[in-house]
Amino acid sequence: MLTNEEVAQDIIRKYENAVSEFDDPFGLLTFTTNRETIISLLEYLRDHAAFRINFLTDITAIHYPDSPDREYCVVYHAHSLVQNFRVRIKVYLTEADLHIPTATSLYACANWMERETFDLFGVIFDGHPNLRRILNMDEMDYFPMRKEYPLEDSTRQDKIDALFGR
Amino acid sequence: MTTEELDLANKAGVPARTDEGPVQYVNELTTLNLGPTHPATHGIFQNILQMDGEKIVSGEQTIGYIHRAFEKIAERRPFYQITTLTDRMNYCSSPINNMGWHMTVEKLLGIEVPKRAQYIRVIMMELARIADHLVCNGILGVDTGALTGFVYLFEEREKIYEIYEEMCGARLTTNMGRIGGMERDLSAEAIRKIKKFLAEFPKVLREFESLLNRNRIFMDRIVGVGGISAERALSYGFTGPNLRAAGVDYDVRVMNPYSSYEDFEFDIPVGQSGDTFDRYMVRNEEIWQSLRIIEQAINNLPEGSHFADAPQYYLPPKQEVYKNMEALIYHFKIVMGEIDAPVGEVYHAVEGGNGELGFYLISDGGRAPYRLHFRRPCFIYYQAYPEMCKGATLSDAIVIMSSMNVIAGELDA
Repeated sequence: MLTNEEVAQDIIRKYENAVSEFDDPFGLLTFTTNRETIISLLEYLRDHAAFRINFLTDITAIHYPDSPDREYCVVYHAHSLVQNFRVRIKVYLTEADLHIPTATSLYACANWMERETFDLFGVIFDGHPNLRRILNMDEMDYFPMRKEYPLEDSTRQDKIDALFGR
Repeated sequence: MTTEELDLANKAGVPARTDEGPVQYVNELTTLNLGPTHPATHGIFQNILQMDGEKIVSGEQTIGYIHRAFEKIAERRPFYQITTLTDRMNYCSSPINNMGWHMTVEKLLGIEVPKRAQYIRVIMMELARIADHLVCNGILGVDTGALTGFVYLFEEREKIYEIYEEMCGARLTTNMGRIGGMERDLSAEAIRKIKKFLAEFPKVLREFESLLNRNRIFMDRIVGVGGISAERALSYGFTGPNLRAAGVDYDVRVMNPYSSYEDFEFDIPVGQSGDTFDRYMVRNEEIWQSLRIIEQAINNLPEGSHFADAPQYYLPPKQEVYKNMEALIYHFKIVMGEIDAPVGEVYHAVEGGNGELGFYLISDGGRAPYRLHFRRPCFIYYQAYPEMCKGATLSDAIVIMSSMNVIAGELDA
């Protein structure tokens, strides 16, 4: 049975300054890396003889408009089906430079996950074979999951946030 | 035959003679739209297939026809209102989605749910799994031309829906349970219905199996069709019955047990080749395993409360609200969304009808999630469809899609 500590130490030994902010909310090892390292890190974890974190569970993004230079966070969830060990890797991006390399060369399933993230947040995955919108229509000119796009029609006068406890 | 000659023959659409043997027909590629509204897609999504005669050369899917932006809507809703959104993802097994969401929130809030509520959840989730697999396997029969089994099974699915009705009043989009437990206890009527179902259903399922399992026509249509290797299936992010059909025994219920699944004894059926027949058989066997789980749960149902002692988050029973001041206050606060959740980041996965259904929830301490992402198994494994039906015929493509059990609601969210 792998422990968070064990995996974290190994990753720190290998990547030193490229990884940081280790945490384990609800027991799930979480840490941050940068976009230069992410693909090599995923590959390292996948091919590691002991960890074998070889299943990409999910890719998604989060928008933090209020934190300068870390406006976007791309989150990878990976899972070792052999060791039953999950890991969450975060990469923060700035609003001005929303580029991150694609993971499609490592995992076939990353294709649509990245397309969805691009569709909803506008994160550009460099090297992706077919980076088009997937859920929304192609003509759409904004990225709906960004916080600046309101859910409700802003022209309506009758929906006052205070009345709805918001 | 040179390329130019082949091109010429292609253009003319005439039979061309090759050096090795008899006449070969060389056709231009045909583009075929399978969907968006096609009876065989069982939902709204499009497949653009390039066909060489009857053979599929390549394909591309277009999805998003019923995208309802659940993740965006969820950012403005109090936690208890998001349950209704999860209903509408995999609408063939809504209770699993509902309870997966409740468990995610409970994990964030740190609520320990009583054993009895956990067992009731297991019973309802397994009934939902049976209903889900019945639809998939029944429809696979229809797509190969056997309508009888499907109609026969739908009668049984109806009985499961009657049990849902007893538990929550709804049938398809169930909104079952609450954060912190179940909305109501198992009534005597519900227990009677479940026991009746357990007694009568095996006979029907055996009959269904005898109609299809070793049926020559059925087997000819699905054995060896749409196979995928375990390695490719893992790379494509397969989970659930589709992955198990390829030979990987990954089941969230066993690997990361939730809601007391560790108390029950059941097997994980696995296939070998990952073809349509294996997927069919795995689902069939899972129905039997689900029956085993329900039987164990209903026979060992613990005494106690059906909800946790968490008045701040558990919507109080209506009778209490009318008589009890505290209950009225909490009812008001919960409904108006005045109760803040703690700050936190949770990933919780349950074994949905189609595989690992994950909820990634980020709370910033407000009344609604800061960000909620659904890991929808359909969305992830449906990518593999063109690879799986490459080189197959159109009729194979239909049964492959059918056996993957792509649910449009879950695909698009």
